[in-house]
Amino acid sequence: NMSALVCRVVAFFCLLRASAAVFEDQVGKFDWRQQFVGNVRFAAFDAHSQASKKLLVATEKNIFASVNSRTGELFWRHVDKTGQDGQIDAMLVHGQDAVLVVGNGRLLRSWETNIGGLNWEVVMDTGSFQTAQLIGLADIVKFVAVLKKSAISLHYLSNGHQKWVENLPDSDTVQYQTVYSSGNGDVFVLGLVPHSHIVVVAYNIEDGEIMKQVSVEAPWITSLDSSCAVVGSAVLLCVDPVSSSLYTLQLNAEGRAEFVHIPLQSLDLEAEAGFHPVVIATQPHPARVPLKEFFLQLGPERFILLQLKDGAIAPLRDFNPANLVAFATTGEKTVAAVMSPKNETVSYFSHACSINLFSADTGRRLLDTTVTYNLDPNGGKLNRLFVLAFLKKDDSVGYRALVQTEDFALTFLQQPGRVVWVREEALADVVTMEMVDLPLTGTQAELEGEFGKKADGLLAMVLKRLSSQLILLQAWIGHLWKLFYDARKPRSHVKNEVTIETLARDEFNLQKMMVMVTASGKLFGIDSKSGTILWKHYLQNVQPNAAFKLMVQRTTAHFPHPPQCTLLIKDKDTGLGSLHVFNPIFGKKSHIALPTLPRPIQQSLLLPIMDQDYTKVLMLIDDQYKVTAFPSTKNVLQQLQEMASSIFFYLVDSSQGTLSGFRLRKDLSTELMWEVVIPAEVQKITLVKGKRANEHVHSQGRVMGDRSVLYKYLNPNLLAVVTESTDTHPERSFIGVFLIDGVTGRIIHEAVQRKARGPVHLVHSENWVVYEYWNTKSRRNEFSVLEQYEGTELYNSSVFSSLDRPHPPQVLQQSYIFPSPINTLEATLTEKGITSRHLLVGLPSGAILSLPKMFLDPRRPEVVSEQSREENLIPYAPEMPIRTEWFINYNQTVSRVKGIYTAPSGLESTCLVVAYGLDIYQTRVFPSKQFDVLKDDYDYMLISSVLLGLFFATMISKRLAEVKLLNRAWR
Amino acid sequence: MASLRQPLSSLLTVLLLICTEFVHCNTNKRATDGQDADFSVPLEHSFEMDDVPRFRRRGSLEVRGGRENGVSISQGQLSEEDRNMLKEVASVDGLYRIRVPRVSLQADRQSERQIDGYLTAFVRACALVESHLSDVITLHSDVAGSLIGVSIVTIPGACRGVEVEDEVDLDVFNTTLSIMAPVTAPVPETALFIEKMEQEMERKGKNPQEQKSFFGKYWMYIVPLVLFLMMSGAQDQSGGGASGGAANGGSR
Repeated sequence: NMSALVCRVVAFFCLLRASAAVFEDQVGKFDWRQQFVGNVRFAAFDAHSQASKKLLVATEKNIFASVNSRTGELFWRHVDKTGQDGQIDAMLVHGQDAVLVVGNGRLLRSWETNIGGLNWEVVMDTGSFQTAQLIGLADIVKFVAVLKKSAISLHYLSNGHQKWVENLPDSDTVQYQTVYSSGNGDVFVLGLVPHSHIVVVAYNIEDGEIMKQVSVEAPWITSLDSSCAVVGSAVLLCVDPVSSSLYTLQLNAEGRAEFVHIPLQSLDLEAEAGFHPVVIATQPHPARVPLKEFFLQLGPERFILLQLKDGAIAPLRDFNPANLVAFATTGEKTVAAVMSPKNETVSYFSHACSINLFSADTGRRLLDTTVTYNLDPNGGKLNRLFVLAFLKKDDSVGYRALVQTEDFALTFLQQPGRVVWVREEALADVVTMEMVDLPLTGTQAELEGEFGKKADGLLAMVLKRLSSQLILLQAWIGHLWKLFYDARKPRSHVKNEVTIETLARDEFNLQKMMVMVTASGKLFGIDSKSGTILWKHYLQNVQPNAAFKLMVQRTTAHFPHPPQCTLLIKDKDTGLGSLHVFNPIFGKKSHIALPTLPRPIQQSLLLPIMDQDYTKVLMLIDDQYKVTAFPSTKNVLQQLQEMASSIFFYLVDSSQGTLSGFRLRKDLSTELMWEVVIPAEVQKITLVKGKRANEHVHSQGRVMGDRSVLYKYLNPNLLAVVTESTDTHPERSFIGVFLIDGVTGRIIHEAVQRKARGPVHLVHSENWVVYEYWNTKSRRNEFSVLEQYEGTELYNSSVFSSLDRPHPPQVLQQSYIFPSPINTLEATLTEKGITSRHLLVGLPSGAILSLPKMFLDPRRPEVVSEQSREENLIPYAPEMPIRTEWFINYNQTVSRVKGIYTAPSGLESTCLVVAYGLDIYQTRVFPSKQFDVLKDDYDYMLISSVLLGLFFATMISKRLAEVKLLNRAWR
Repeated sequence: MASLRQPLSSLLTVLLLICTEFVHCNTNKRATDGQDADFSVPLEHSFEMDDVPRFRRRGSLEVRGGRENGVSISQGQLSEEDRNMLKEVASVDGLYRIRVPRVSLQADRQSERQIDGYLTAFVRACALVESHLSDVITLHSDVAGSLIGVSIVTIPGACRGVEVEDEVDLDVFNTTLSIMAPVTAPVPETALFIEKMEQEMERKGKNPQEQKSFFGKYWMYIVPLVLFLMMSGAQDQSGGGASGGAANGGSR
């Protein structure tokens, strides 16, 4: 029992050492989180009270949120299921309530918009959703109508109960698309049969009885959605691009209804060739008739405000050019906001725009309503405009505008052109990222430059040294002055504004530039310390399904050459690639000549070979195994020729199950070296992972209990390959794990995890592989760890070569139960690899778990022995614990975490971590505690006073001793 | 259960080379025996000066199908021509490649066996020469028994530029051949852990001494200490200066 006690004590201390929680006063000191909502699909201002500052948004990421319109921060956010199930089909706002239709018309929900609480939720009948509309009666909005493919239902706004549901007549042939009501007791449902006729069905609001059903000949009609709208008192207005004319139809006319044909030419108008005209009308209140005025868009930049009066259409104002238009209503007034390029000569791509308000009923411009807006030259094109109008004290109309651009950015503008806030919603979908060291400050660079240059005379050198030291002195005095100046100000007023000019590397390289690539093709440069976006660059023409690979070709270390990043953008369908080369610190596109890539790219690798300007060589292999080097200067090609016989690469074809290795030849062609074929009928390759190139392993082996050394098998070319069985039956499904040498194609280890299935998350580092899978038999998530050892003797300790390691390594494996599913897995990384490793596990709950690698060690003994205790091995326990103090993001959950990026800092103890998904969270972790940093509360006073005290004590006692000696000598 | 526990209780669970069977082959061409060799697979090699692979027959692998996969090799001597060629290739740091067809090792699948590609591997020719043609060839199969890869290494594996007497050393291959099938990865070892816990519980149950709490064990030390502290505290409060002084004196 003594041994059990000791073992428990050992385990306790191990746990004690591993646990690292955040103290309350450390919250937000090293970490920050930013929350996003994704690309906005629906937006509405809460306009029911003057003081309201809410903006309600529903997004493509299935999120419903409320944004503070003063600051751009989120009041609250509801994250629904991803995919079709949580898709928000419609958003209708009335007063305090927001009604959402979710999941292709499956759910109807009403939210209280002040606090974001759910009022009610109703499950609706199946059927594909068409549209939803608020319905009023006698000036009060009471109902919401939901139109599906074959039925219409009316629900009470107050509790969601269904008032009635009716099947639509002939719904198998007629496409019903629009619901219209003006609060007079009828609900019109409009449907069409393309190129034939439209159907108008009027329902009684009280009982759903069909009051009227007419079908009107309309052989020109194709769709009701954008080319038709109800204008004025129940007049359906459609535009036909083919005959270039307008059609009007009185919906509630007695007797036989017929379209009235109004050619555009009679209004002196003409649609631009190839453009489908759009009708934009507005119904300010659901219980009242729509406005008589409407916009007709005749070209990408041409809008016309028209008025329908007594069946006749009259143009009010022609806006040419105009980018965007929107109606806004406040009180009884409705205004039209028009955004137009400021400089009339340069049109669509002009960067300065202005927004003006126009009176909707006359088309007159309202005075003092101009807002100038400068479009970001690195951003996307304009997409949509939302306007919040309000009445000022003098009864004139004021407004604020929200501009949505193609790069998913939201800009909130205030008169006379102040940007109140910008939300970069592209960051809700980060695909890949890198962290780049910041450059040295000007003075540091000055010193560096001195060493870099060739000597030009003694005197010049001395002068240069003196001048650079003067500059240093000046900078130091400036720094002291700033310290002094800041010290006098109250603490809260000291703001460390980070701008691109003040960027400089700090002492321990803890502040870095985060280069983030988002799925929409927008690149961001974010300061890792504060989370400030320092630059952004939108890549136009990026396909929505493109794959990205970001590589750092030249780091910041090679002054005066600027750092250089390269983004490889690959179209997933065609495989064609293109390169975007830029400076990661400033985001500027580089003007280097790019190689032409006419063939689909199969593989890309960054070689350790450097050009004269310290650019690492990027090698691209196309589908005919031809190699393109970038940069491809003479120097590079010469180096490639020399190194050719030692440059190997591999290709994976998961549809065939082949892994093949190639070698570069002197003429930059390639030759096939090896081939491993895993039959795709049995198992499919799902994951191939090598090790990170910037990883350092400090210790070559592990000291065992008997003082012998177990050497690690550190093969930098090792690939971990995971396969999943094609048979998905829980009894027969399996996961295959292969360790394959990427140079020789030798299968080092081959294991099969039976009764398991994916998705597999895997980390491959040092001499270990950790993976997580689903156990189909026990229905639980499990972790497994594989470690490779050479044994107690090293074959060749000086250098590792895949071609000269004949003995296969010993492979140890152990598995553990993990009590949670996981979203992503990554390992910490430090400068020299001395610090013990932790695994960072992104959980679906939004927590990031820092799991000590010590718990995932195949040498954990089942029976504790003297030797295992000597080695500090934790006794085996089948279940992996999840301790809440291991959550590095305490309560700052990261929704839908998709990836974790780790980067070493200048401090060996510290690893920088960025978790991204819907949110972005940045923090630092200290896997072995901060062994190389003094604590914040370190008592400098005490230690210096003790030192000083000792010094004086020595001086005094020395003096006393001298006196004493002298006295003794006299005696 | 016991059979499971046996290998796992050892500290070092080496999971490699479970299904291996080493066959050191002889130089002689062994007559293929119909009984113990179910089928044979050609083993081809290539070593060319221009490094364009032209595969020739090196020998054949005789595979015994069924549950216990075994393999043996029958191969001939290198001809005079080949020997010189190999030495030449080695002198320019060329490659020695081998290949085997993709086949299934399962005996019952032989009828549907067809060659739809090869598995290739290579080793530096100089390493083969300097190791005096002693190579280790491993065939890897998947769960279904199909060959998925082949690997060749020489022992020793380095090229040191040692001069080799061709007549003596480059005569015959000294091949070690093995088949590697996937090992079954372990699952969390819950049964043993529970058993261990139960044993511990039982032991505790048998030995009531263990169950005593901290206070139960050390009451004889704690009670006098608490009493003493209480006494001294009470005296401090009740008594004034003189008695307090006495108490303090006592406590010293």
